[in-house]
Amino acid sequence: MLKYIIRRILYAIPILIGVNLITFTLFFVVNTPDDMARMQLGIKYVSPEAIDKWKQDRGYDKPLLFNTDEERIDKFTETIFFQKSVSMFAFEFGRADDGRDIAYEIKNRMLPSLAIALPVFILGLFAYITFALLMVFFRATYLDFWGVVLCVALMSISSLFYIIGGQFLISKLWHLVPISGYGTGLDMGKFLLLPIIIGVISSAGANTRWYRTIFLEEMNKEYVRTARAKGLPEQIVLFKHVLKNAMIPILTGVVVVIPLLFLGSLIAESFFGIPGLGSYTIEAINSQDFAVVRAMIFLGSVLYIIGLALTDISYTLVDPRIRLG
Amino acid sequence: MINILPPRLFILLMLVIWLSACSNDNWNSPYPAADSSENILYRAFTESPKHLDPVQSYSSNEIQFTAQIYEPPLQYHYLKQPYSLIPLTASQMPTVMYFNQDGFKLPDNANVADIAYTIYKISIQPGILFQPHPAFAHDDQEQFIYHNLTKQSLANVYQLADFPNTATRELTAADYIFQIKRLAHPNLHSPIYELMADYIVGLREYAAVLEEERKYQDDDNNYLDLNQYSLEGVQLLDKYTYSIKIKGKYPQFNYWLAMPFFAPVPWEAEKFYSQSGLVDKNISLDWYPVGTGPYMLTENNPNQIMVLTKNPNFHDEFYPSEGMPEDDEKGLLVDAGKQLPFIDKVVFSRDKESIPRWNKFLQGYYDASGIGSDSFDQAVQLVGQGEASVTDAMISQGIRLETVVATSTYYMGFNMLDSVVGGNGLDHEAKESARKLRQAISIAVDYEEYVSIFANGRGLPAHSPLSPDISGHRDGEEGINPVVYDWVNGHAKRKPIKAAKVLLAEAGYPDGIDKETGAPLVLYFDVTARSSEDKSSLDWMRKQFQKLNIQLVVRSTDYNRFQDKIRKGNAQIFEWGWNADYPDAENFLFLLHGPQSKVGNDGQNASNYNNSEYDLLFEEMNNMENSAKRQKIIDQMIDILRHDSPWLWGYHPKDYGLYHAWYKNIKPNRISHNTIKYLRIDADLREQQRKEWNKPVLWPIILLAIILILALIPAIMTYRRREQKSGIEANGRSHA
Repeated sequence: MLKYIIRRILYAIPILIGVNLITFTLFFVVNTPDDMARMQLGIKYVSPEAIDKWKQDRGYDKPLLFNTDEERIDKFTETIFFQKSVSMFAFEFGRADDGRDIAYEIKNRMLPSLAIALPVFILGLFAYITFALLMVFFRATYLDFWGVVLCVALMSISSLFYIIGGQFLISKLWHLVPISGYGTGLDMGKFLLLPIIIGVISSAGANTRWYRTIFLEEMNKEYVRTARAKGLPEQIVLFKHVLKNAMIPILTGVVVVIPLLFLGSLIAESFFGIPGLGSYTIEAINSQDFAVVRAMIFLGSVLYIIGLALTDISYTLVDPRIRLG
Repeated sequence: MINILPPRLFILLMLVIWLSACSNDNWNSPYPAADSSENILYRAFTESPKHLDPVQSYSSNEIQFTAQIYEPPLQYHYLKQPYSLIPLTASQMPTVMYFNQDGFKLPDNANVADIAYTIYKISIQPGILFQPHPAFAHDDQEQFIYHNLTKQSLANVYQLADFPNTATRELTAADYIFQIKRLAHPNLHSPIYELMADYIVGLREYAAVLEEERKYQDDDNNYLDLNQYSLEGVQLLDKYTYSIKIKGKYPQFNYWLAMPFFAPVPWEAEKFYSQSGLVDKNISLDWYPVGTGPYMLTENNPNQIMVLTKNPNFHDEFYPSEGMPEDDEKGLLVDAGKQLPFIDKVVFSRDKESIPRWNKFLQGYYDASGIGSDSFDQAVQLVGQGEASVTDAMISQGIRLETVVATSTYYMGFNMLDSVVGGNGLDHEAKESARKLRQAISIAVDYEEYVSIFANGRGLPAHSPLSPDISGHRDGEEGINPVVYDWVNGHAKRKPIKAAKVLLAEAGYPDGIDKETGAPLVLYFDVTARSSEDKSSLDWMRKQFQKLNIQLVVRSTDYNRFQDKIRKGNAQIFEWGWNADYPDAENFLFLLHGPQSKVGNDGQNASNYNNSEYDLLFEEMNNMENSAKRQKIIDQMIDILRHDSPWLWGYHPKDYGLYHAWYKNIKPNRISHNTIKYLRIDADLREQQRKEWNKPVLWPIILLAIILILALIPAIMTYRRREQKSGIEANGRSHA
């Protein structure tokens, strides 16, 4: 297992360098260091001298990828790409263009993001699997039919509609919870209730159908027939045996997203006024803050790689036949 | 049934959390119950401020905070129009003295050409104190407690409030000088440094000295003691008096003295914040301002909430006793002579999306609101002759509307370096032809229609660059642009399209066809990248040009490329806008001053318009105080501009604001930003209204529970039926 983890870490290095390079290239195709300086210094009364000074102070006065004025290895190291990228691998994200420490900002924003994402993930998983199993339990009855119809209907509606509709009904018309905002301690509950409910419902259609499909596939396996032949009640067959054996496909889709929960949700956080990480990258792109953009994309890539590795590891836990070599 | 219990637990848990949070407060209140009757003003903000250091802060989303905290020597009168400057911390308006090259004092009416320097002598009121701040805290030996912080002493410090000791000290003239020096600080990148370096004597040299000194600093020490280096242009005359020496004559300098750029910053704060341990924890002057103003920033979480609390050390300042004739009738003088500020705390909550923001305003959780295009019809109706008024729904909630024309202009510019629309590089005849083409387009593009369709009527079609309420602007018949409008029955009426066609033919493009080549006239319109929502306005613009049979090609690009095109003079027709820094004609007319052209000079004249007669008049007007003579020059300049038509004058946007009944002393003002101190809230009325408007509606929960129970019945029946069947029968279908 240890060997496998080390190998995955080594594989991750070229991937992260590649991601960094692509981010860097795409960012600087659209924004030059001069544009970044203008954005930070303001549109009015900005002189070329002020722009040069801003670039110099922040290390954006070097060539982007290749420095022809330097010798040997310095041709590559004395560039914006190298200078801005190498520290990322030590998880030193540096400072945003407004002078704020990026790591501090990420740490502060991560908790509010998790406050929504984690309950939505856990409750959602529980609810979707339960409903999917119930639909399988009542398969081929009108309950299953109407369940599928409901799922398709839920899938067909945009997540934005759930948010706006939920806010309209529950907050505006019925005055049951605040429309948006965030609090700490017990106060947090009233702000999180609506986004969590909407988060769970908005993904219910697609996920429930997906799990239903997985379970139906398992239902045709021989061990299910054996269990029934032994006289086990149907709910035991489903919730104990089928659920356990369906874990591999479930884990494939579920474990990989766990690390990404930290990154939050752009739309939900924006509409519910949650001070999370969801909008951090978008705001940075809009303000041409390369330091934040590269930090967030790097973090996203690392978390995704961790998610994939965890998925592989989780297979060994649910299926003893799988060995990671 | 192993599945029944967990959902029950979940619902129970959610209800416990929810009900415990709700208590006696309105269930949907986003604020703590304890604050419900407090004298707190609630506002929303959409964009987080980047800089709160007065030397850097320039955006409108920043100045709404800094203007309440920092106090420059001057401010604008809250009620009087047109905008007029009055002392804030200054004991009187600055004394202005003119000197010639030899240092001899000149009379006030001296010839501008003789004036080499102007000295502004400013005296501030004694007894003004800074807000409580740890930077001032000292021990029994008069040593600053927090000026030599170590990593260990900062172990439990995460925000400014974690420092237990605070103190204050008296504001002195030295604090104003210190801030002026900070404009040249090499680490701070003040946006007005370059502009001020052209005026304040010695500022550029001072910046060079600081830049040199910075080279000898180590990485752990960011502190440059500005008091060690003298700046020629600012002098401390006594504890409460200082002077600023500027080159030549620049009457607009007074307006700059009303901006936070010239507010005092204590050296103790600069020293305190420059400690490396604090910088690492994001505790900086850019984040935790230190001022003398009515409010101090006590919570700064720009991603969620910003809180301004009344400064306990705020000096005596009183609500104005005089205003405009209509102010008394509007109840704006009820609080005349009363001590400011009225509100104890201002809570700014970040709400990025307009829908939740608007709904929270309707529920009474925000005291005021702008009007988005999606809620415009719900809020505003046009009555009489296009006058805006709130709808019945708003009236029933006691909401009122206040409007003000912004000191801004949105225009469509012609690049005068372009051969077709500018006639650049061509003979006089061709230049005349280009001018007539521009005039024809000015008539054809109907900005009355544009404002009506795309701005919900929130704008005034412009007749010149000057927006209303700016000195130099003229209203009525004498204010109309005779190139585009006729004065008919007491109103400006756009000339008929026939007039534009005549001009177009005279320009050499009869019916939109180049008479020399026979090719249709094609013009290029550069805009910043547009969303699909803007397609309609671009289509509308094409149609305006089609009235003259001119083909308009829209070249959409991102804002960086757009700016690049403008800087290089590669655009042909473009649209842009300008927000005035101060209410003076100079701040608009310089946008067409030849030496300020973008190409070659990196100035603000995006059209690269160059007219020597206009430039001479501008330079004369620029150095004059407001007077009849100055007005005459401005009139001449505007006549030249209208004749040359380097811009389609576009429109001046109109701001609409909605205010609840409990919100008092509102006089919208786009130039002055330190206005929260004048506002008053009737917190009891607000609480009463909130309770009335936000009673929880519980029947949907009961209905939902019933539906769920009803839905369970067929499931239970099906389950029982299945359990009663034989095994083969029950599972038969799955094998089918």
